[in-house]
Amino acid sequence: MRGNTLRGTALSPTDAGTSPRSRRAATVALEHVSKRFGDHVEDQPAVDDLDLFIPAGATCVLVGPSGCGKTTTLRMVNRLIEPSGGRILIDGEPIAGRDPTELRRGIGYVIQQVGLFPHQTIAENVEVVPRLLGWPAARRRERVEELLRLVGLDPARHLRRYPAELSGGERQRVGVARALAADPPLLLMDEPFGAVDPIVRARLQEELLRLQRELGKTILFVTHDIDEAILMGDLVAVMRQGGTLAQFAPPAELLAHPASDFVARFVGADRALKRLTLRRVGELAPAPVTIAVAGEPLGAARARGGPGAPGHLLLVDHEGRALGWVDARGLPDDRPADPTTARPPAPLLEAETTLRDALSILLDAAGSPGIVVDDTGRPTGLLTVEAITAALQDGNGPGGTGEDAPPPAGSRPTGG
Amino acid sequence: MPGEPLIRWSWVADHPAEIGGALGQHLLLTVLAVLGGLAISLPLAVVAHRYRRTEAPITWVAGVIYTIPSLALFVLLIPVTGLSILTSEIGLVGYTLLILVRNTLAGLDGVPPDVLEAADAMGLTRFQRLVRVELPIAVPVIVAGIRIATVTTVGLVTVTALIGQGGLGQLMLTGFINLFPTEIYVGALLSVVLAVAADAGLLLLQRALTPWARVHGAGA
Amino acid sequence: MDLLAQVLAWFANPGHWQGADGIPTRMLEHVEASGLSVAVAAALALPLGLAVGHTGRGAFLVGSIANLGRALPSFALLLMLIPIAVNLRLDFSTWPILGAMVLLAIPPMLTNAYAGMRAVDRDLVEAARGMGMSGLQVLVRLELPLAVPVLMTGIRLAAVQVVATYTLGAVAGGGGLGRYIYDGFATQDTARMVAGATLVALLAIATDVALGGLARLAAPRGLTVGRPRALPAGEPGTV
Ligand SMILES: Nc1ncnc2c1ncn2[C@@H]1O[C@H](COP(=O)(O)OP(=O)(O)O)[C@@H](O)[C@H]1O
Ligand SMILES: [Mg+2]
Repeated sequence: MRGNTLRGTALSPTDAGTSPRSRRAATVALEHVSKRFGDHVEDQPAVDDLDLFIPAGATCVLVGPSGCGKTTTLRMVNRLIEPSGGRILIDGEPIAGRDPTELRRGIGYVIQQVGLFPHQTIAENVEVVPRLLGWPAARRRERVEELLRLVGLDPARHLRRYPAELSGGERQRVGVARALAADPPLLLMDEPFGAVDPIVRARLQEELLRLQRELGKTILFVTHDIDEAILMGDLVAVMRQGGTLAQFAPPAELLAHPASDFVARFVGADRALKRLTLRRVGELAPAPVTIAVAGEPLGAARARGGPGAPGHLLLVDHEGRALGWVDARGLPDDRPADPTTARPPAPLLEAETTLRDALSILLDAAGSPGIVVDDTGRPTGLLTVEAITAALQDGNGPGGTGEDAPPPAGSRPTGG
Repeated sequence: MPGEPLIRWSWVADHPAEIGGALGQHLLLTVLAVLGGLAISLPLAVVAHRYRRTEAPITWVAGVIYTIPSLALFVLLIPVTGLSILTSEIGLVGYTLLILVRNTLAGLDGVPPDVLEAADAMGLTRFQRLVRVELPIAVPVIVAGIRIATVTTVGLVTVTALIGQGGLGQLMLTGFINLFPTEIYVGALLSVVLAVAADAGLLLLQRALTPWARVHGAGA
Repeated sequence: MDLLAQVLAWFANPGHWQGADGIPTRMLEHVEASGLSVAVAAALALPLGLAVGHTGRGAFLVGSIANLGRALPSFALLLMLIPIAVNLRLDFSTWPILGAMVLLAIPPMLTNAYAGMRAVDRDLVEAARGMGMSGLQVLVRLELPLAVPVLMTGIRLAAVQVVATYTLGAVAGGGGLGRYIYDGFATQDTARMVAGATLVALLAIATDVALGGLARLAAPRGLTVGRPRALPAGEPGTV
């Protein structure tokens, strides 16, 4: 279920061992949950017979058109709204029997308008729940600083400021820090990035994914944006008007096999392209490339490439970083590889780049293959438009790449 | 009395204790009334806020009291509480209610809904939400009400002299009875000064209490 | 409840309903003096408030008058005018109280006329000008009708305040319902005093209700104006 690891990214090792990384996570189960506002039977229910199970540590996204009952569902989980029928269990325990305030102190909650207390400083805002829980002041202060750093804010700059002094993106970061303050095993997020501009939203999404890789919380995330759902979710619950569940599946499956016309229309005609956002360059085995280290005889590079080595060699410096392409056709073996004659090494693709972005970059590059580089900037091979479309055709989900050949060992540079 | 200057400064210089005493009494009557008004209005406003159905009757009663002319209200109280400080304070407190209830209510209504939602979602009890979130956020509007109530009360206290409660009104009344303008003008002037000073002092107090209300940030 | 009986008996006494000190005469005096004062103050305050609201110039003046009006007690103003009347050899049982009433009726009407005009959506004014209305046309056809409810509030507040102030005039020997209170107090006739206070209270409430109803009638159709709730301190407002 942990799609993030499937996307080929390892857990980040920062500050492991302190409390925010305790990786406490809860399971959430909704059993036949429904909600009807008003007493009339003829009223359409806001949520109708909803069944969901969210395993510990998964991010489940509720997505659907406006008014389909996403917010209502979310608010039933922390009992801001009481269900009209069915039951909700956290870690197997029905929440109906628990004291609502006590329950809520153990569930983080992030909303679009953030809801920071305007009369309190950022530090005071973040420590609301720890204060309610009676943590001593020293522990609270330590926790606040830790959390601000975690969400990418500088404690020295922000601790004593008031919410009105922050930008929309900064406020939303504080909202996330506040929700995480008491290390809750469950986080509810209702369109948390709905009010920030697209550039900030993209950054906050990436950071939440990073954070989630570190924290491994169970997250229930509401959005009306299918792209956000596919990006953020390990599981996506598509809801439709009247509060019914249209499909509940991992994003790849949703895109590959929409359960109904409604889901197909909702995810959009560009389903295939969207599937590419689920996969990253690093998941595909790059095609081999023959590498020449600057200054070495061309013959040495050709030998490494083996018989049938192409006429074009990828020139690298002594650190192994790409310098450019050299056209070695017709040149003698004893000629040294000359950086001054090289064409620029473009386009470069990082392992973290989504296949969708990679495709866009390659289409822009008019036929040049992409040079896949690792995080130190060293080439690991080549990626072409054809390789991506092949992955798309075979791919019924991330994992199967269809290119089982291991990267050729000889393609690694030896120098440097 | 014709030919007498409006203010005879030598009299002022000769009677600091009398003037100071009247001023002190005036201030005391005002402070008691506003504090008493707050003690009643805050709970009333909280009730009207929480139980919306009580809002109309509460503001209606406060409005009727506010409409009754001050002298009439004091006189109507005399048979019950006599010519005492209690009579004037009950009347004065009554006049503060409309302004204080209305502004407190508006302050509570002005708390953004997302802030309330966040407070509930974090597990604050209703009481904690009221005391830690709603009332503090309402402070600027509440203090605006206190300022108006205070200035109004300073004026009304002059009338309490008619039921024998002293203050600057007594100074003025003596001046009228003795046909001595200086006492009238000194009393009137000081009551204006007191009102303006109290208003300014409360504004400073509000600024000190709500540093957050002054910041205007980068964001929306 | 002894007192209640006495007060009822006072009202039931037919002698109290006739003559120069009878209830109808005192009531009429009170209403006449109040109406006259409000009319004079309105003639001064409303044009000024409308002009300042329309042009946007002189707002500071309006704010200052409003604040002074709030800080200067009516009782103090009445007493302050007495030595002046004496110096001018005017009747000090008539002129000071009328002067005080006019002066005190000005601030609420001035500020509400101004506030009513300023509350008219500036986009509407822009739109009206864009359609080719002249400044006067904008004032008469757009701003004035839209300002009427707030303006009427000002008149109502002024009238209620004037009714209250005239009561104090009895101290200086004036007429009106305040006489019962003052004379009753002086002669320790509690029933008379309480009856007078009751009459004054009823007159003030009746004024408030009547002018409130008039305001509703005068408001342009289709304009529903929420009651102003919070009063901002230190700014011209409706008090
Ligand atoms: N407090 C409420 N009272 C009555 N109806 C409500 C209330 N809250 C939500 N609804 C209705 O329930 C439905 C679902 O609302 P909501 O959960 O907010 O939708 P979403 O978050 O998916 O946009 C809508 O039709 C909405 O009008
Ligand atoms: Mg919603």
